[in-house]
Amino acid sequence: MSWTDAFERVPALLASHILLAASAMLVGLIVSLPLGVFAARHVRFGRLVLGFASVVQTIPSLALLALFYPLLLALGTQALGFLPSLLALSLYALLPILRNTVDGLNAIDPAIAEAADGIGMTPWQKLELVEGPLAITAVMGGVRTAAVWTIGGATLSTTVGQPSLGDIIFSGLQTQNWVLVLTGCMTSAALALVVDAMLASAQHGLQNRRRWRWIVPLAVATMVPAGIAISQSTRAPMITIGAKNFSEQYILARLIGGRLEAAGYDVRYKENLGSAVVFSALSGGDVDVYVDYAGTLWANEMKRRDVVSRDVINRTIADWASTRHGVISLGSIGFENAYALVMRGDRARGIKTLADLKSVAPDLTLGSDLEFFDRPEWKSIREAYDLRFAKTRAFSPTFMYNALKSGDADVISAFSSDGRIAADKLVILGDPKGVVLGYDALLLVGPTVTHDRRLVKALQPLIGAVSVSNMQRANLMVDVEKQSPGDAARWLEREAVRNK
Amino acid sequence: MSAAGPAVTLENVCKRYQGGGGISDISLTIEGGAFVALVGASGSGKSTLLKTINRLIEPDSGQLTIDDISVKNVGQYALRRMIGYVIQGVGLFPHLDVAANIAMPLTIAGDAVGRRVEVLLDLVDLPQTFASRMPDTLSGGQQQRVGFARALARQPRLMLMDEPFGALDPLTRDALGKSYRALHDRIGLTSILVTHDMAEALLLADRVVVLHGGQVVAIESPVALLKGAGGPVAQAMVAVPRDQATQLAGMAQ
Repeated sequence: MSWTDAFERVPALLASHILLAASAMLVGLIVSLPLGVFAARHVRFGRLVLGFASVVQTIPSLALLALFYPLLLALGTQALGFLPSLLALSLYALLPILRNTVDGLNAIDPAIAEAADGIGMTPWQKLELVEGPLAITAVMGGVRTAAVWTIGGATLSTTVGQPSLGDIIFSGLQTQNWVLVLTGCMTSAALALVVDAMLASAQHGLQNRRRWRWIVPLAVATMVPAGIAISQSTRAPMITIGAKNFSEQYILARLIGGRLEAAGYDVRYKENLGSAVVFSALSGGDVDVYVDYAGTLWANEMKRRDVVSRDVINRTIADWASTRHGVISLGSIGFENAYALVMRGDRARGIKTLADLKSVAPDLTLGSDLEFFDRPEWKSIREAYDLRFAKTRAFSPTFMYNALKSGDADVISAFSSDGRIAADKLVILGDPKGVVLGYDALLLVGPTVTHDRRLVKALQPLIGAVSVSNMQRANLMVDVEKQSPGDAARWLEREAVRNK
Repeated sequence: MSAAGPAVTLENVCKRYQGGGGISDISLTIEGGAFVALVGASGSGKSTLLKTINRLIEPDSGQLTIDDISVKNVGQYALRRMIGYVIQGVGLFPHLDVAANIAMPLTIAGDAVGRRVEVLLDLVDLPQTFASRMPDTLSGGQQQRVGFARALARQPRLMLMDEPFGALDPLTRDALGKSYRALHDRIGLTSILVTHDMAEALLLADRVVVLHGGQVVAIESPVALLKGAGGPVAQAMVAVPRDQATQLAGMAQ
């Protein structure tokens, strides 16, 4: 993917990023300025509030964003996208503004405050004419810190489905597309620098003109880009296509999107959604269409631990989804993306199945992604085939394959549709006892659009359209050959039409 | 001379602080047009007493009237806007020029400023060119002159001063004290001056109120105090400047 392609995605994401960051700053200011004034006048309350804000600051931003999801879900409001991002970022903006407001007010010479009281100023006059102008330098320092944090933190809102510059950063990280990562980071950094410079000049104006009411044009200057962003984001309703945070999901989302666009729909993508939130997003209406895997839904959403045949799983899930959640499963796209233990072809030699692995496992290292060892698949494989490895190590997926190549791992837990299996000449170890769950890629349609027959009709041809070898090829195009998910999706679409 | 300033009376005024200090059961009458000094050591309650008059401190009990009107019946902000207030730290607003500082009491009360700044600069013997100066470009004495001008902006009849000359060098202190006393006589004010300096009190005031441990221990004229009235606490305080004067006179011979 070239720089031009990356830059094409920037304007829309930048607008959304600005809207989110500006809104969070606005909420942060509205809350923390009066709170700061109150805290400066009530010492004990001030300590309490600053303590709370400091604790919030110690929660990693990624975790704070994710924590709002169950909270908002329990409250029955929009749990993904703008609202949780806004709340988390606003909380982060609190501390610097709050602390600097309190410090700025407390630093004022007591004689000045006494003189203000002595000539008969009301508390409001004192704040407007004396304390405000004297504390403004400190307050603006806090506002500038908060603005830079908020702009940086807004990139993380991608993980809860709010479009931001984080979309291209996370996608780029996942596909090792450094052009995308750099474009996202540099745009975000440039935005932070520009906003900081704007605030610095506003701060200068506030000090030199010695007029507290310059805060008004300042607020206007902040709101203008936000206004532009709002007008951009409030266009006609769209079909929202969800995707988790790996290449195959990006490609399938684009495949679905291409179909719907051809049928005349406006579409947008919510990518990099956490595996744990995406189904709730679909049933809750934040996402309209996405692809999930049978085994994932079986274990994570239905909490089933038993292993049954692929057909039974797919049918049971379809019943459960429609009766419990109003979600329709249109069926399998045609391939499985199951957990599979794989080895290098040259190392596997006589080992063909998991059963063959038992005797050699005590001399081998098993590498996996970050969640495999906590999943029921690992437990059932380990118990069914009585596997005892010398060592187990967890990697991020990309590095897991590198570890296999370099010999740091002898066996890894791969995904059966991964393009690197064919490209690296890896061997999938068979499962003669049938203990690994079926992982058919199911096309799911949310309750908001199930009534739309035209939409369902446009998606129907995708059922059974993608073979596992084609999916492996498409994944390879993105993961290794650095083509865009859109390009890979268009290739899949052409293949599907050719094979019909 | 204009009409004299208002009379101030305190009846059984008490204000106790948790850590000790304050004033207990103070009754005091200050005649209209008088120049009264409140003298005492640190913690004697003199500043507390002063601040109950413009309600910067609310007493726990007791009655306070200005020209027979209870201060409780006047809103605290309206009350303070009718009373001049000058403090040791001056408290000029550092972000505003001299003119804006002097005009501030008029601004907050919604009064027209007109030519008041010029008149007030004249009144405190500052040149008109000072109007556009910033406070941090002035000397300590000049700053306090601006402080007096600001306190006088709304033509108050009553002036409360808390160690107004305390931070000034002796020459400036003497000059400013004298010019304020002249002003007091010329425009007819009631002035209440808090000071720990007995010499300053004797030289400027008509009457000296000596406080000790939150109570009034003497109310005398400067002449009576110099003649030995007022009891041991007051006399101990009078002895300091007198001894100094004697020593200085002895050294010159």
